[in-house]
Amino acid sequence: MTSAQILWFLLIGVLFSGFFFLEGFDFGIGMAVRFFGRNTAERDTIIQTIGPHWDGNEVWLITAGGAMFASFPMWYASLFSGYYLVLFLILVALIFRGVSFEFRANMKTETWRNFWEWAATIGSFCAAFLFGMMFTSMIEGVPMDAKGNIFGSFTTYVNWFSLVGGVAVTLMCLIHGLNFLQLKTLGTLRDRAQAWNKVLYPVLIVGEVLFVVLLYISTDFFAKKSASTWSILIVLVLLTLIAWWGVLKAHNWTAFIASGLSLISIVVLIFNGLFPRVMIATDPAHSILIKDASSSPYTLHIMTIVAFSVLPIVLVYFIWSYWVFYKRLKSPKAA
Amino acid sequence: MLNAGLTVLGLSRFQFAMTTVFHFFFVPFSIGLAFVVAVMETMYVAKKDEAYKKMAQFWGKMFLYSFAVGVVTGIIQEFQFGMNWSEYSRFMGDIFGAPLAIEALAAFFLESTFIGLWMFTWERFKPGIHALFIWLVAIGSSLSAVWILAANSFMQNPVGFAINKSTGRVVMTSFSAVVKNPQLWLELPHVLMGAGITASFVVAGCSAWRLLKKDHVSFYRKSLNVALVIGLIASLGSLASGDVQTRYLIKEQPMKFAAMEGLYKDSTNKGNWAIYSSFNTKQHKTTSSLDVPYVLNILSYHKLSGTVKGQNTVNKELHATYDKKFGKDMNYYVPTKTLFWSFRIMAVSGGLFALIAIVGLFFNRKKSQAILKQRWFLYIMGLMLWLPFIVNTAGWFVTEFGRYPWVVYGLLTIADAVSPTSTVGSLLFTNIVYFLLFAGLGLVMIVLSHRVLKAGPDAVQMNGYSSEDTDGKTEDPYGTEAFNHD
Repeated sequence: MTSAQILWFLLIGVLFSGFFFLEGFDFGIGMAVRFFGRNTAERDTIIQTIGPHWDGNEVWLITAGGAMFASFPMWYASLFSGYYLVLFLILVALIFRGVSFEFRANMKTETWRNFWEWAATIGSFCAAFLFGMMFTSMIEGVPMDAKGNIFGSFTTYVNWFSLVGGVAVTLMCLIHGLNFLQLKTLGTLRDRAQAWNKVLYPVLIVGEVLFVVLLYISTDFFAKKSASTWSILIVLVLLTLIAWWGVLKAHNWTAFIASGLSLISIVVLIFNGLFPRVMIATDPAHSILIKDASSSPYTLHIMTIVAFSVLPIVLVYFIWSYWVFYKRLKSPKAA
Repeated sequence: MLNAGLTVLGLSRFQFAMTTVFHFFFVPFSIGLAFVVAVMETMYVAKKDEAYKKMAQFWGKMFLYSFAVGVVTGIIQEFQFGMNWSEYSRFMGDIFGAPLAIEALAAFFLESTFIGLWMFTWERFKPGIHALFIWLVAIGSSLSAVWILAANSFMQNPVGFAINKSTGRVVMTSFSAVVKNPQLWLELPHVLMGAGITASFVVAGCSAWRLLKKDHVSFYRKSLNVALVIGLIASLGSLASGDVQTRYLIKEQPMKFAAMEGLYKDSTNKGNWAIYSSFNTKQHKTTSSLDVPYVLNILSYHKLSGTVKGQNTVNKELHATYDKKFGKDMNYYVPTKTLFWSFRIMAVSGGLFALIAIVGLFFNRKKSQAILKQRWFLYIMGLMLWLPFIVNTAGWFVTEFGRYPWVVYGLLTIADAVSPTSTVGSLLFTNIVYFLLFAGLGLVMIVLSHRVLKAGPDAVQMNGYSSEDTDGKTEDPYGTEAFNHD
């Protein structure tokens, strides 16, 4: 394993972290459209909180996918072909929620507006759930041949562990979205989001405990990397508690940052457990290792130069765009 | 020949064709329209004429729809290489992934961040700064074309690589060679000009329909003028870049060129160019054709004499070159009818666009009312708004079918590129769902655009980032510290 390979393994982790932190609250806001918003005016405001941002947030996924293709083509090829139907459903979900915001605003009848609102909500639920399910089942180990082709059955993808993983990620995204809503609104929407999260946090903690138990049973993380796995899990639980405290005390920033970081800690948990592999096979001899999966040193070198010269500029205007829309939105008056 | 039918290969190819064609309805439209809207907003900044602001917002609305559909269908493309073409991804990863990643980093972030800013900050920034946002969107979307075409150009004309002896896969040896690929710098201007045509003729076509109803005459005449000026430049540029590109093919991809001209046998010095041909593709014969002398030589070499190799000759040459590696059973003939007719659609339309733009600008000159009286012309222009989409598709048909049987020219066949894990059942399912989804999205797009058009320029509002009853002030006791800049 070269240092460039490790650097790119970390960078893929950073890109997925960015994706889950940012698109995490997008998904949560999307779910909130129908489940949380009570009328059209409220839903307008809810969607407006992510209006200028959701598109840029989704680019983190595209960049993560592209970077994975560029730096670890064997990983990209195995994962994407092996999770064919899961990724297809994710794509459909992302399509529906992606167009829904623009389309909904221009519908004339109640029925069609409802249709696109449900598209946003169900699309967001499905995307978050399927991403959670995909990454959880991936770390369990999948049936893979020596060439990296995955020939899975239904239970490879859908089993107790992956279902719990999917639900946990969905719940974390919803909570993260509601924390974002508290940060970006005033009045009834903010108060109600706080009330919801007061209830949702205990549920999440139960879910996290269940997840840890199944993680212990279903993966080799504790056997191979006991200390680091435990540390990350403790950080995860601490972050959850801090976010809960932030919700209770109405410290919106604390709650939002902590719920975002807890999503990132899941990514860290997965990448830490994977290392030095990128794909875990049920037959350990077939697992794909970082050293075998990467592009040539030359390509990695080029990509490193590009990433370190372009990414800082991107981060500057990306963060600036959030600063431009820092103001809170008032909740609409009761209809 | 096309490996059609219900096989993994056939269904994977169909899926790629369907998703890229649908995606590419919106890509050139968005690239071009971002540019058209940017020009309109710049004119507003320069002339301080509110009409141009309204214009930028009105056509900008259609841009936003197109952009949204373009984004979501674009993710399919990036995922598809891994999902359906995993062997391709493994073979090409060292080269192909880099431009995709750079596209996301250097272009998509720019586009999507500034589109958000542009949408929601009409009243917040000075007009000059706000116009800069749409220019950044336009630059970002053109940059993304650069990187995608860099990736595509390698498939057409591999450069800057070596084959790793132990894995048999492609390894990049020179990034600058990949970026300097002559194929790329021939393809790019043609694609960008095509984008300009698409956007300007849609704007012109929509304006024509409204002018037929004598609706907002001054607004649509101004729009028409901006569109046709851009449309004229783009169609001339497209003809010129197409010409350079086609002549490049004679040397680099003679099979593609021969099929575009419908030649099985070598051409004679007379330079007969077929307006119409019918083919027997099984026996590799031209059964009948309507020829014009010298045109082929003028198109190919810009002179009256010369000959061009036919597909039969090229087929023999390709067998001689590749039989050692790929075996004697390979079929190097490309889908002749598709290429022949696609090329003709492109070439004829290119001329037509230029002609319509010139006539339109003449009828629409400032002091004349001619454009309103020439209703037949408005009808033609109104119908022509659909043509760019057909022509763009025809262009990709020529480029991609003409590469058959390779996915990477001379290095990897399409049949060897497909995912070994794919099944007919799952591909059938995904193809059907994509098809229904695209049909639905396309329909909504048309309905919404039509609705914007019918409601007219006065109905379009792009408010700031606030709901009506928001005063835009933070009142939150916990928020003041964090937000005390303003």
